[in-house]
Amino acid sequence: MEPFTKLDTHAAAIAIENIDTDQIIPARFMRAPRGTDHGQFLFHDMRRDTDGKARADFPLNSPDLAGAGVLVADTNFGCGSSREAAVYALYDAGIRCVIAPSFGDIFYSNATKNGLLPVVLDRAVVQSIWKTLETANSARVEVDLETQTVHLPNGATHRFEIDPFKKRCLLEGLDDIDLTLRHSDEIERHEQAQNDNRPWAGTIG
Amino acid sequence: MTEPTTLFEKIWRRHAILEREDGTTLLSIDRHLCHEGSFHAFDKLRAQGRRVRRPDLTVAIADHYVSTDAPETGNQDPSRREVIERLTTNTSEMGVRLYGVGAPEQGIVHVVGPEQGITLPGLLLVCGDSHTATHGALGCLAFGIGASEVAHVLATQTLWQKKPKTLRVTIDGPLGPGVSAKDVILHLISVIGANGATGYMIEYAGSTIREMSIEGRMTICNMSIEAGGRAGLIAPDDKTFDYLRDRRYAPKDTEWERAVEDWRSLSSDPGARFDREVSVDARDIAPSITWGTSPEEAMAITGHVPDPARENDPSRQAALTATLDYMGLTPGEALTDVVVDRVFIGSCTNARIEDLRAAAAVAKGRAAKVIAIVVPGSTPIKLQAEAEGLDQIFIDAGFEWRATGCSMCVGMNGDLTPPGERCASTSNRNFKGRQGPGSRTHLMSPAMAAAAAVTGRLTDVRNLIGEA
Ligand code: SF4
Repeated sequence: MEPFTKLDTHAAAIAIENIDTDQIIPARFMRAPRGTDHGQFLFHDMRRDTDGKARADFPLNSPDLAGAGVLVADTNFGCGSSREAAVYALYDAGIRCVIAPSFGDIFYSNATKNGLLPVVLDRAVVQSIWKTLETANSARVEVDLETQTVHLPNGATHRFEIDPFKKRCLLEGLDDIDLTLRHSDEIERHEQAQNDNRPWAGTIG
Repeated sequence: MTEPTTLFEKIWRRHAILEREDGTTLLSIDRHLCHEGSFHAFDKLRAQGRRVRRPDLTVAIADHYVSTDAPETGNQDPSRREVIERLTTNTSEMGVRLYGVGAPEQGIVHVVGPEQGITLPGLLLVCGDSHTATHGALGCLAFGIGASEVAHVLATQTLWQKKPKTLRVTIDGPLGPGVSAKDVILHLISVIGANGATGYMIEYAGSTIREMSIEGRMTICNMSIEAGGRAGLIAPDDKTFDYLRDRRYAPKDTEWERAVEDWRSLSSDPGARFDREVSVDARDIAPSITWGTSPEEAMAITGHVPDPARENDPSRQAALTATLDYMGLTPGEALTDVVVDRVFIGSCTNARIEDLRAAAAVAKGRAAKVIAIVVPGSTPIKLQAEAEGLDQIFIDAGFEWRATGCSMCVGMNGDLTPPGERCASTSNRNFKGRQGPGSRTHLMSPAMAAAAAVTGRLTDVRNLIGEA
């Protein structure tokens, strides 16, 4: 995956709670392989009328926000289905960071494995960012993963938490399969011990 | 004396291979279930030139895209059929066991695992699907993962995880007539919220759970994710062992004895500490349905559609107005006045034999007023229902009796609720567009769904049980 280090980009707000992954990418688009541009599916049914026309009232359809790299969302963003295609859709549409008061657990983990940084900030802070974005439609936000900070146009800086391993994988664009396979010996020893103690666990049949 | 330990902690420790300084643990995986949607992970594996490390512990099942009216074709729609065929190709290339189209074991992945005895207490099971929590009903630690994690499990048979916090939900008391496991979980989610258990592993305990069948326990654990919880667990007991005995892949003979002894030791010790506790009195639970577009928007069927005018917070008021607009509901309207267009009885939440029996008991001798489809959770369940004559009861009442699959739970196979139509559904998600673009979903139990079918509106099933 592409490493994530810093962002300085426009931000768009979606101030709606519980945006589930069915909203981020509806099920009917999930047959597409990864090579397909998933950005075209992002928020498909929120963004467009039933006849396919872009809705003027949807934030990401505003011409000012074309190229927004940060999405500022509400509580429980990405809840629901485990579909990683929700992350592909955001990423392919150019979103590199989502800021929200909380995330669906599986979405959060999927994001960090695909170069999309999920940032958890207090809801009050998130609300203040929405305000800034309302008043300055093309407001820019800076996100720095190394220092774990978000800088806002009004001069405020907020620190966010991320676990060190996820941070390192994102910063270096690491694939964790290779890292895990370095532990092959321990994995095999563990499997052997399990087999001895509970043989039914290590076999189907 | 060793410190009292939770069921979750016991299973977690057994699977911990090593722990990093930040507390992230490398876990060994006993069972990995795949379905058509796993193609991203297989693609990734192939692109990196890797193989499946433990094909013997991996089982793939076709469910999401399989047609329920022409199952022998896979799906008559070529692009859907193609997704099923990708699963066949990937599994045969990687030597993974497949229950594909036409296999006698085939069904919804979370129904098949327990049914075949692939799911066992004390194991760690994962699947690229958020409803993997279902398997926790057997005391198996089970959670959904994304495609990158699926690829990681395929390649290594392990997974890095941060240990979740623990939440014990204690539900005590008897359930009233017409009240089922589905009502319990809908009620719980309405109380703790759609993110009420985010970051937590839920253990369900209490007399209501102990009295509940394994099928009912699966319904409860299934919807843990709708409260934000990644896993739900229930301590294995005699009911669990009775359910598993003689299942195809359950241990046999002396190994069975050894296994049961081991499984009995898994229950949370008295005095074990949970990070959070919630109690629910089962007597407070009425047959429940969702009225909105989040599973937390649930209430008793005797209730009324909420009124945005009563909301003080302007942003919540706007959100509620938008929800009611999407759902086509009028503020203050009695739920039982709401007319439905179709009924779906199926999904990994509520398509096991007990669910079909409950729905059939309501349908029996009555006539469906709207389109109603019944989709059994697996082929063995379909056959069992037919042996019990349930199919005939449904057919006589004008319901469609279909082949197994995920069907209208997510609509990937083409079973969709058309735009603007209202569906009474036994599935688990009432998200906007979940059952098809513009679809309006009300979640409820199988008995409540059958009641909606025979009356054509949202109905308190207790009134029909009274009549019978
Ligand atoms: S029945 Fe529905 S929730 Fe269950 S696995 Fe299938 S699509 Fe997912």
